Amino acid sequence: MYPSTAGTDPGGGLSTSDTPRLARHVRLTFCRTRQRPILQLPETVVVLNGSGADILELCDGRHTVAEIVAELGARYQTVPGDEVRQFLTRLVARRCVELADG
Amino acid sequence: MDSPFGLLAELTYRCPLACAYCSNPLNMADYSAELATDEWRRVLAEAGDLGVLQCHLSGGEPLLRRDLAEIVAEAHDLGLYTNLVTSAVGLSRPRAEQLRAAGLDHVQISIQADEPAISDRIAGTPSWRRKIEAMGVVKELGWPLTVNVVLHRNNIDRVAGVLELAEEVGADRVELANTQYYGWALRNRDALLPSRAQLRAAEVVVRAARERLRNRMDVIYVLPDYYSRYPKPCMGGWASRQLTVTPNGDVLPCPAAQSLPLPRASVREDTLERIWAESPVMTAFRGTDWMPNPCRSCDRRELDFGGCRCQAFQLTGDAARTDPVCHLSPDHGLVAKAVEAANADSRADALPLIPRPHGVRPSPRTPTAAPRRR
Repeated sequence: MYPSTAGTDPGGGLSTSDTPRLARHVRLTFCRTRQRPILQLPETVVVLNGSGADILELCDGRHTVAEIVAELGARYQTVPGDEVRQFLTRLVARRCVELADG
Repeated sequence: MDSPFGLLAELTYRCPLACAYCSNPLNMADYSAELATDEWRRVLAEAGDLGVLQCHLSGGEPLLRRDLAEIVAEAHDLGLYTNLVTSAVGLSRPRAEQLRAAGLDHVQISIQADEPAISDRIAGTPSWRRKIEAMGVVKELGWPLTVNVVLHRNNIDRVAGVLELAEEVGADRVELANTQYYGWALRNRDALLPSRAQLRAAEVVVRAARERLRNRMDVIYVLPDYYSRYPKPCMGGWASRQLTVTPNGDVLPCPAAQSLPLPRASVREDTLERIWAESPVMTAFRGTDWMPNPCRSCDRRELDFGGCRCQAFQLTGDAARTDPVCHLSPDHGLVAKAVEAANADSRADALPLIPRPHGVRPSPRTPTAAPRRR
Protein backbone atom coordinates (compact mmCIF):
# COMPACT_ATOMS: atom_id res chain seq x y z
CA MET A 1 0.00 0.00 0.00
CA TYR A 2 2.67 2.44 0.99
CA PRO A 3 6.43 2.23 1.36
CA SER A 4 7.10 1.33 4.96
CA THR A 5 9.21 3.77 6.92
CA ALA A 6 11.80 2.88 9.48
CA GLY A 7 11.44 4.09 13.01
CA THR A 8 7.70 4.62 13.08
CA ASP A 9 5.87 4.31 16.34
CA PRO A 10 4.28 0.84 16.24
CA GLY A 11 1.34 1.81 18.46
CA GLY A 12 0.98 5.18 16.82
CA GLY A 13 -1.55 6.24 19.40
CA LEU A 14 -4.24 5.56 16.80
CA SER A 15 -7.64 5.28 18.46
CA THR A 16 -10.80 3.94 16.83
CA SER A 17 -12.62 7.23 17.47
CA ASP A 18 -9.93 9.37 15.80
CA THR A 19 -11.05 11.15 12.65
CA PRO A 20 -8.07 11.29 10.31
CA ARG A 21 -7.76 13.91 7.61
CA LEU A 22 -5.11 14.63 5.00
CA ALA A 23 -2.49 17.14 6.10
CA ARG A 24 -2.90 20.37 4.20
CA HIS A 25 0.44 19.99 2.38
CA VAL A 26 -0.63 16.66 0.96
CA ARG A 27 -2.79 16.18 -2.09
CA LEU A 28 -4.59 13.10 -3.36
CA THR A 29 -4.90 13.08 -7.15
CA PHE A 30 -5.21 10.75 -10.08
CA CYS A 31 -2.45 10.48 -12.67
CA ARG A 32 -3.93 10.05 -16.11
CA THR A 33 -0.60 9.02 -17.68
CA ARG A 34 -0.10 6.20 -15.20
CA GLN A 35 -3.83 5.53 -14.59
CA ARG A 36 -3.09 5.29 -10.87
CA PRO A 37 -4.07 7.27 -7.78
CA ILE A 38 -1.26 9.46 -6.47
CA LEU A 39 -0.38 11.06 -3.16
CA GLN A 40 1.55 14.31 -3.59
CA LEU A 41 3.96 15.51 -0.90
CA PRO A 42 6.33 18.48 -1.03
CA GLU A 43 9.27 16.50 -2.42
CA THR A 44 7.74 13.10 -3.09
CA VAL A 45 5.13 11.36 -5.16
CA VAL A 46 3.60 8.15 -3.86
CA VAL A 47 1.88 5.92 -6.41
CA LEU A 48 -1.01 4.25 -4.57
CA ASN A 49 -3.00 1.12 -5.17
CA GLY A 50 -6.80 1.09 -5.07
CA SER A 51 -7.25 0.30 -1.38
CA GLY A 52 -4.59 2.85 -0.34
CA ALA A 53 -6.43 5.53 -2.30
CA ASP A 54 -9.78 4.43 -0.80
CA ILE A 55 -8.42 4.81 2.73
CA LEU A 56 -7.05 8.26 1.97
CA GLU A 57 -10.30 9.36 0.37
CA LEU A 58 -12.04 8.50 3.62
CA CYS A 59 -9.53 10.62 5.56
CA ASP A 60 -11.85 13.61 5.39
CA GLY A 61 -12.00 14.61 9.07
CA ARG A 62 -15.51 13.09 9.38
CA HIS A 63 -15.03 9.31 9.16
CA THR A 64 -13.57 7.68 12.27
CA VAL A 65 -10.83 5.06 12.12
CA ALA A 66 -13.43 2.42 13.02
CA GLU A 67 -15.65 3.51 10.14
CA ILE A 68 -12.76 3.50 7.67
CA VAL A 69 -11.76 -0.01 8.76
CA ALA A 70 -15.36 -1.18 8.38
CA GLU A 71 -15.74 0.44 4.97
CA LEU A 72 -12.51 -1.09 3.64
CA GLY A 73 -13.54 -4.46 5.02
CA ALA A 74 -16.80 -4.17 3.11
CA ARG A 75 -15.13 -3.11 -0.14
CA TYR A 76 -12.22 -5.55 -0.07
CA GLN A 77 -12.51 -8.85 1.72
CA THR A 78 -8.73 -9.07 1.51
CA VAL A 79 -7.84 -5.96 3.52
CA PRO A 80 -7.80 -6.77 7.24
CA GLY A 81 -8.40 -4.02 9.80
CA ASP A 82 -4.86 -4.29 11.16
CA GLU A 83 -3.44 -3.40 7.77
CA VAL A 84 -5.67 -0.36 7.49
CA ARG A 85 -4.63 0.80 10.96
CA GLN A 86 -0.93 0.22 10.19
CA PHE A 87 -1.26 2.14 6.92
CA LEU A 88 -2.83 5.08 8.76
CA THR A 89 -0.24 4.89 11.54
CA ARG A 90 2.59 5.13 9.02
CA LEU A 91 0.95 8.10 7.33
CA VAL A 92 0.46 9.84 10.67
CA ALA A 93 4.14 9.22 11.52
CA ARG A 94 5.09 10.76 8.18
CA ARG A 95 2.73 13.67 8.91
CA CYS A 96 0.69 13.06 5.76
CA VAL A 97 -2.40 12.44 7.86
CA GLU A 98 -3.51 14.39 10.94
CA LEU A 99 -5.72 13.08 13.70
CA ALA A 100 -8.56 14.79 15.47
CA ASP A 101 -10.40 13.01 18.27
CA GLY A 102 -13.96 12.52 17.11
CA MET B 1 11.43 4.10 -20.44
CA ASP B 2 9.59 5.59 -17.45
CA SER B 3 7.55 8.77 -17.32
CA PRO B 4 9.15 11.56 -15.31
CA PHE B 5 7.51 12.51 -12.01
CA GLY B 6 9.09 15.90 -11.49
CA LEU B 7 9.97 18.96 -13.54
CA LEU B 8 12.59 21.34 -12.20
CA ALA B 9 11.71 24.61 -13.92
CA GLU B 10 14.72 26.87 -13.61
CA LEU B 11 13.03 30.14 -14.46
CA THR B 12 16.10 32.37 -14.30
CA TYR B 13 19.70 32.23 -13.13
CA ARG B 14 19.52 35.83 -11.89
CA CYS B 15 19.68 35.99 -8.11
CA PRO B 16 19.89 38.68 -5.42
CA LEU B 17 22.21 36.38 -3.43
CA ALA B 18 25.78 35.49 -4.28
CA CYS B 19 26.34 32.22 -2.40
CA ALA B 20 29.69 30.60 -3.16
CA TYR B 21 28.10 27.12 -2.91
CA CYS B 22 25.65 27.78 -5.75
CA SER B 23 25.28 24.94 -8.24
CA ASN B 24 24.22 27.23 -11.09
CA PRO B 25 26.47 27.03 -14.14
CA LEU B 26 29.57 29.20 -14.38
CA ASN B 27 28.53 30.41 -17.86
CA MET B 28 25.33 32.09 -16.68
CA ALA B 29 25.38 34.67 -19.47
CA ASP B 30 24.58 31.88 -21.96
CA TYR B 31 21.16 31.51 -20.32
CA SER B 32 20.02 35.11 -20.49
CA ALA B 33 17.60 34.58 -23.40
CA GLU B 34 14.93 33.44 -20.93
CA LEU B 35 11.78 31.61 -21.99
CA ALA B 36 8.73 33.86 -22.25
CA THR B 37 5.53 33.21 -20.26
CA ASP B 38 3.82 31.47 -23.19
CA GLU B 39 6.81 29.24 -23.74
CA TRP B 40 6.69 28.15 -20.08
CA ARG B 41 2.95 27.54 -20.47
CA ARG B 42 3.64 25.17 -23.33
CA VAL B 43 6.45 23.45 -21.41
CA LEU B 44 4.17 22.88 -18.43
CA ALA B 45 1.37 21.46 -20.58
CA GLU B 46 3.81 19.14 -22.36
CA ALA B 47 5.28 18.09 -19.02
CA GLY B 48 1.79 17.26 -17.71
CA ASP B 49 1.10 15.14 -20.81
CA LEU B 50 4.40 13.35 -20.24
CA GLY B 51 3.31 12.32 -16.73
CA VAL B 52 4.98 15.02 -14.64
CA LEU B 53 3.12 15.52 -11.35
CA GLN B 54 5.32 17.97 -9.49
CA CYS B 55 6.71 21.26 -10.66
CA HIS B 56 9.60 22.78 -8.73
CA LEU B 57 9.96 26.45 -9.58
CA SER B 58 13.56 27.36 -9.01
CA GLY B 59 16.51 29.30 -10.40
CA GLY B 60 18.42 31.52 -9.52
CA GLU B 61 15.64 33.39 -7.82
CA PRO B 62 12.25 32.59 -9.40
CA LEU B 63 10.66 35.67 -7.77
CA LEU B 64 12.68 37.80 -10.19
CA ARG B 65 10.31 36.60 -12.90
CA ARG B 66 7.42 39.08 -12.95
CA ASP B 67 5.21 36.42 -14.50
CA LEU B 68 5.78 33.90 -11.70
CA ALA B 69 2.14 33.95 -10.55
CA GLU B 70 0.97 33.30 -14.13
CA ILE B 71 3.34 30.34 -14.41
CA VAL B 72 2.15 28.99 -11.04
CA ALA B 73 -1.49 29.39 -12.06
CA GLU B 74 -0.87 27.48 -15.28
CA ALA B 75 0.86 24.62 -13.45
CA HIS B 76 -1.91 24.56 -10.88
CA ASP B 77 -4.61 24.47 -13.55
CA LEU B 78 -2.84 21.50 -15.13
CA GLY B 79 -3.10 19.69 -11.79
CA LEU B 80 0.62 19.84 -10.97
CA TYR B 81 1.81 20.11 -7.37
CA THR B 82 3.76 23.37 -7.32
CA ASN B 83 6.77 24.02 -5.14
CA LEU B 84 8.55 27.39 -4.97
CA VAL B 85 12.26 27.14 -4.21
CA THR B 86 13.27 30.62 -3.16
CA SER B 87 15.70 32.82 -1.25
CA ALA B 88 12.55 34.73 -0.15
CA VAL B 89 14.17 38.01 -1.11
CA GLY B 90 11.23 39.67 -2.86
CA LEU B 91 8.57 37.56 -1.16
CA SER B 92 6.57 40.50 0.14
CA ARG B 93 3.11 39.93 1.62
CA PRO B 94 1.26 41.10 -1.53
CA ARG B 95 3.47 38.91 -3.71
CA ALA B 96 2.88 35.95 -1.40
CA GLU B 97 -0.88 36.53 -1.45
CA GLN B 98 -0.81 36.67 -5.23
CA LEU B 99 1.02 33.33 -5.39
CA ARG B 100 -1.36 31.80 -2.86
CA ALA B 101 -4.29 32.85 -5.02
CA ALA B 102 -2.55 31.35 -8.06
CA GLY B 103 -2.56 27.98 -6.32
CA LEU B 104 1.04 27.56 -5.14
CA ASP B 105 1.17 24.44 -2.94
CA HIS B 106 4.46 24.62 -1.04
CA VAL B 107 7.26 27.04 -0.29
CA GLN B 108 10.89 26.22 0.39
CA ILE B 109 12.97 29.08 1.75
CA SER B 110 16.74 28.95 2.00
CA ILE B 111 18.66 30.45 4.85
CA GLN B 112 22.43 30.49 5.11
CA ALA B 113 22.85 30.31 8.91
CA ASP B 114 20.93 30.85 12.16
CA GLU B 115 22.78 34.06 12.97
CA PRO B 116 22.01 37.20 10.88
CA ALA B 117 25.55 38.45 10.27
CA ILE B 118 26.88 35.01 9.31
CA SER B 119 23.90 34.27 7.08
CA ASP B 120 24.25 37.64 5.33
CA ARG B 121 27.96 37.14 4.85
CA ILE B 122 27.47 33.74 3.21
CA ALA B 123 24.59 35.07 1.06
CA GLY B 124 26.71 38.07 0.08
CA THR B 125 23.85 40.46 0.80
CA PRO B 126 21.71 41.54 3.78
CA SER B 127 18.84 39.07 3.60
CA TRP B 128 18.45 37.17 6.89
CA ARG B 129 15.80 39.44 8.38
CA ARG B 130 13.72 39.48 5.21
CA LYS B 131 13.88 35.70 5.04
CA ILE B 132 12.60 35.33 8.59
CA GLU B 133 9.77 37.78 7.85
CA ALA B 134 8.86 35.88 4.70
CA MET B 135 8.80 32.58 6.63
CA GLY B 136 6.25 34.20 8.95
CA VAL B 137 4.11 35.27 6.00
CA VAL B 138 4.27 31.76 4.51
CA LYS B 139 3.00 30.22 7.74
CA GLU B 140 0.36 32.91 8.19
CA LEU B 141 -1.05 32.26 4.73
CA GLY B 142 -1.38 28.59 5.62
CA TRP B 143 1.35 27.14 3.40
CA PRO B 144 3.53 24.27 4.46
CA LEU B 145 7.05 25.62 4.93
CA THR B 146 10.35 23.91 4.25
CA VAL B 147 13.47 25.66 5.49
CA ASN B 148 16.51 24.69 3.45
CA VAL B 149 20.07 25.18 4.62
CA VAL B 150 23.02 24.24 2.47
CA LEU B 151 25.74 23.02 4.83
CA HIS B 152 29.46 23.56 4.34
CA ARG B 153 32.62 24.17 6.29
CA ASN B 154 31.58 27.69 7.36
CA ASN B 155 28.14 26.87 8.81
CA ILE B 156 27.93 23.16 9.62
CA ASP B 157 29.06 23.78 13.21
CA ARG B 158 25.89 25.85 13.68
CA VAL B 159 23.46 23.07 12.80
CA ALA B 160 21.93 23.02 16.31
CA GLY B 161 21.13 26.73 16.01
CA VAL B 162 19.72 26.21 12.54
CA LEU B 163 17.37 23.51 13.83
CA GLU B 164 16.25 25.78 16.66
CA LEU B 165 15.54 28.55 14.17
CA ALA B 166 13.51 26.21 11.97
CA GLU B 167 11.49 25.21 15.01
CA GLU B 168 10.93 28.84 16.01
CA VAL B 169 9.61 29.85 12.59
CA GLY B 170 7.27 26.85 12.61
CA ALA B 171 8.80 25.00 9.68
CA ASP B 172 7.07 21.76 8.71
CA ARG B 173 10.28 20.42 7.21
CA VAL B 174 13.89 21.36 7.45
CA GLU B 175 16.36 20.22 4.84
CA LEU B 176 19.97 20.22 5.94
CA ALA B 177 21.75 19.55 2.70
CA ASN B 178 25.47 19.22 2.54
CA THR B 179 26.88 21.07 -0.45
CA GLN B 180 26.98 19.18 -3.72
CA TYR B 181 29.99 20.15 -5.73
CA TYR B 182 28.75 21.47 -9.06
CA GLY B 183 29.02 24.87 -10.71
CA TRP B 184 30.27 27.54 -8.31
CA ALA B 185 30.42 25.04 -5.45
CA LEU B 186 32.94 22.91 -7.33
CA ARG B 187 35.06 25.96 -7.99
CA ASN B 188 34.97 26.71 -4.23
CA ARG B 189 35.22 23.09 -3.11
CA ASP B 190 38.45 23.31 -1.15
CA ALA B 191 37.08 26.17 0.93
CA LEU B 192 33.64 24.56 1.45
CA LEU B 193 34.36 20.89 2.16
CA PRO B 194 33.95 20.24 5.91
CA SER B 195 36.24 18.07 7.99
CA ARG B 196 35.33 14.59 9.22
CA ALA B 197 35.14 15.90 12.80
CA GLN B 198 32.67 18.61 11.75
CA LEU B 199 30.44 16.04 10.04
CA ARG B 200 30.47 13.67 13.00
CA ALA B 201 29.45 16.45 15.36
CA ALA B 202 26.65 17.58 13.02
CA GLU B 203 25.28 14.06 12.69
CA VAL B 204 25.00 13.68 16.47
CA VAL B 205 22.98 16.92 16.63
CA VAL B 206 20.75 15.92 13.71
CA ARG B 207 20.03 12.48 15.12
CA ALA B 208 19.00 13.92 18.50
CA ALA B 209 16.82 16.59 16.83
CA ARG B 210 15.07 13.99 14.67
CA GLU B 211 14.12 12.03 17.74
CA ARG B 212 12.99 15.11 19.66
CA LEU B 213 10.99 16.65 16.79
CA ARG B 214 9.63 13.53 15.18
CA ASN B 215 5.95 14.37 15.41
CA ARG B 216 6.39 18.06 14.72
CA MET B 217 8.96 18.62 12.00
CA ASP B 218 10.57 16.48 9.31
CA VAL B 219 14.34 16.71 9.50
CA ILE B 220 15.96 15.76 6.22
CA TYR B 221 19.72 15.42 6.27
CA VAL B 222 21.59 15.05 2.98
CA LEU B 223 24.95 13.40 3.51
CA PRO B 224 28.00 14.76 1.74
CA ASP B 225 28.82 12.20 -0.91
CA TYR B 226 32.55 12.88 -0.71
CA TYR B 227 32.50 11.09 2.65
CA SER B 228 30.32 8.17 1.54
CA ARG B 229 31.54 4.71 0.58
CA TYR B 230 29.08 4.50 -2.28
CA PRO B 231 27.80 7.22 -4.60
CA LYS B 232 24.36 8.79 -4.33
CA PRO B 233 21.61 7.40 -6.59
CA CYS B 234 21.76 10.63 -8.54
CA MET B 235 18.27 11.78 -9.71
CA GLY B 236 17.03 8.21 -9.17
CA GLY B 237 18.84 7.29 -12.38
CA TRP B 238 19.70 9.32 -15.45
CA ALA B 239 16.55 10.59 -17.23
CA SER B 240 14.40 8.23 -15.23
CA ARG B 241 12.27 10.23 -12.78
CA GLN B 242 13.10 13.92 -13.22
CA LEU B 243 13.84 16.47 -15.87
CA THR B 244 15.11 20.02 -15.81
CA VAL B 245 14.33 22.91 -18.10
CA THR B 246 16.89 25.72 -17.89
CA PRO B 247 16.01 29.44 -18.18
CA ASN B 248 16.68 29.46 -21.95
CA GLY B 249 14.72 26.27 -22.62
CA ASP B 250 17.42 23.62 -22.64
CA VAL B 251 16.14 20.26 -21.40
CA LEU B 252 18.40 18.20 -19.16
CA PRO B 253 18.12 15.18 -16.87
CA CYS B 254 19.45 17.38 -14.04
CA PRO B 255 20.65 20.97 -13.75
CA ALA B 256 24.34 20.05 -13.56
CA ALA B 257 24.18 18.12 -16.84
CA GLN B 258 24.65 21.33 -18.82
CA SER B 259 28.38 20.82 -18.25
CA LEU B 260 28.49 17.52 -20.17
CA PRO B 261 29.63 17.35 -23.81
CA LEU B 262 26.25 16.23 -25.15
CA PRO B 263 24.26 17.88 -27.94
CA ARG B 264 21.76 20.33 -26.55
CA ALA B 265 18.02 19.80 -26.72
CA SER B 266 15.73 22.79 -26.42
CA VAL B 267 12.00 23.25 -25.96
CA ARG B 268 12.37 26.02 -28.53
CA GLU B 269 13.21 23.43 -31.14
CA ASP B 270 11.37 20.27 -30.14
CA THR B 271 8.62 18.89 -27.95
CA LEU B 272 9.34 17.73 -24.43
CA GLU B 273 7.97 14.32 -25.28
CA ARG B 274 10.39 13.75 -28.15
CA ILE B 275 13.30 15.17 -26.20
CA TRP B 276 12.56 12.89 -23.22
CA ALA B 277 12.25 9.81 -25.42
CA GLU B 278 14.91 10.31 -28.06
CA SER B 279 17.40 13.10 -27.53
CA PRO B 280 21.00 12.00 -26.85
CA VAL B 281 21.12 14.12 -23.69
CA MET B 282 18.41 11.86 -22.24
CA THR B 283 19.38 8.50 -23.76
CA ALA B 284 23.16 8.73 -23.22
CA PHE B 285 23.14 7.22 -19.71
CA ARG B 286 19.62 5.89 -19.32
CA GLY B 287 19.46 2.41 -17.83
CA THR B 288 22.58 0.33 -17.19
CA ASP B 289 23.89 -0.55 -20.68
CA TRP B 290 26.35 2.34 -20.76
CA MET B 291 28.09 1.22 -17.57
CA PRO B 292 31.75 0.29 -17.46
CA ASN B 293 33.19 -1.86 -14.71
CA PRO B 294 33.20 -1.82 -11.73
CA CYS B 295 29.52 -0.72 -12.10
CA ARG B 296 28.57 -3.18 -14.82
CA SER B 297 29.19 -6.22 -12.61
CA CYS B 298 28.20 -4.53 -9.33
CA ASP B 299 25.20 -5.64 -7.27
CA ARG B 300 24.42 -2.02 -6.53
CA ARG B 301 24.06 -0.89 -10.15
CA GLU B 302 20.26 -0.66 -9.83
CA LEU B 303 20.57 1.03 -6.43
CA ASP B 304 22.91 3.90 -7.21
CA PHE B 305 22.94 3.79 -11.04
CA GLY B 306 26.70 4.36 -11.06
CA GLY B 307 26.33 7.62 -9.11
CA CYS B 308 26.48 10.99 -10.79
CA ARG B 309 27.49 11.38 -14.45
CA CYS B 310 28.25 15.05 -13.98
CA GLN B 311 30.55 14.39 -11.04
CA ALA B 312 32.32 11.68 -13.05
CA PHE B 313 32.80 14.13 -15.93
CA GLN B 314 33.89 17.04 -13.78
CA LEU B 315 36.47 15.00 -11.89
CA THR B 316 37.75 12.64 -14.62
CA GLY B 317 36.80 14.27 -17.93
CA ASP B 318 34.74 11.18 -18.88
CA ALA B 319 31.02 11.16 -18.03
CA ALA B 320 30.80 7.38 -18.53
CA ARG B 321 33.17 6.50 -15.70
CA THR B 322 32.06 5.29 -12.28
CA ASP B 323 31.39 8.21 -9.93
CA PRO B 324 34.79 8.73 -8.23
CA VAL B 325 32.98 9.04 -4.89
CA CYS B 326 32.59 5.24 -4.93
CA HIS B 327 35.43 3.51 -3.08
CA LEU B 328 35.43 0.91 -5.87
CA SER B 329 36.08 3.52 -8.57
CA PRO B 330 39.55 3.47 -10.11
CA ASP B 331 39.42 7.28 -9.82
CA HIS B 332 38.50 7.34 -6.13
CA GLY B 333 41.89 8.88 -5.35
CA LEU B 334 40.60 12.20 -6.77
CA VAL B 335 37.94 12.38 -4.06
CA ALA B 336 40.18 10.92 -1.36
CA LYS B 337 42.72 13.66 -2.05
CA ALA B 338 40.13 16.43 -1.58
CA VAL B 339 38.91 14.79 1.63
CA GLU B 340 42.47 14.44 2.88
CA ALA B 341 43.13 18.14 2.22
CA ALA B 342 39.95 19.08 4.13
CA ASN B 343 41.23 17.15 7.14
CA ALA B 344 44.92 18.12 7.02
CA ASP B 345 46.33 19.80 10.12
CA SER B 346 48.23 22.13 7.81
CA ARG B 347 45.03 23.42 6.16
CA ALA B 348 44.57 27.19 6.39
CA ASP B 349 41.58 28.25 8.51
CA ALA B 350 39.60 30.24 5.99
CA LEU B 351 40.33 29.76 2.32
CA PRO B 352 39.03 32.47 -0.01
CA LEU B 353 35.62 32.00 -1.62
CA ILE B 354 34.59 33.17 -5.08
CA PRO B 355 30.99 34.45 -4.87
CA ARG B 356 28.72 33.61 -7.76
CA PRO B 357 27.70 36.74 -9.66
CA HIS B 358 24.12 37.97 -9.41
CA GLY B 359 23.65 37.23 -13.08
CA VAL B 360 22.98 39.21 -16.19
CA ARG B 361 19.74 40.88 -17.17
CA PRO B 362 17.64 38.82 -19.53
CA SER B 363 18.11 39.76 -23.13
CA PRO B 364 15.18 39.96 -25.51
CA ARG B 365 14.48 36.65 -27.12
CA THR B 366 16.74 35.90 -30.05
CA PRO B 367 15.87 33.30 -32.70
CA THR B 368 19.01 31.29 -32.03
CA ALA B 369 20.64 31.05 -28.64
CA ALA B 370 24.29 31.94 -28.27
CA PRO B 371 26.68 29.01 -28.66
CA ARG B 372 27.50 27.32 -25.37
CA ARG B 373 30.95 27.71 -23.87
CA ARG B 374 32.49 24.48 -22.75
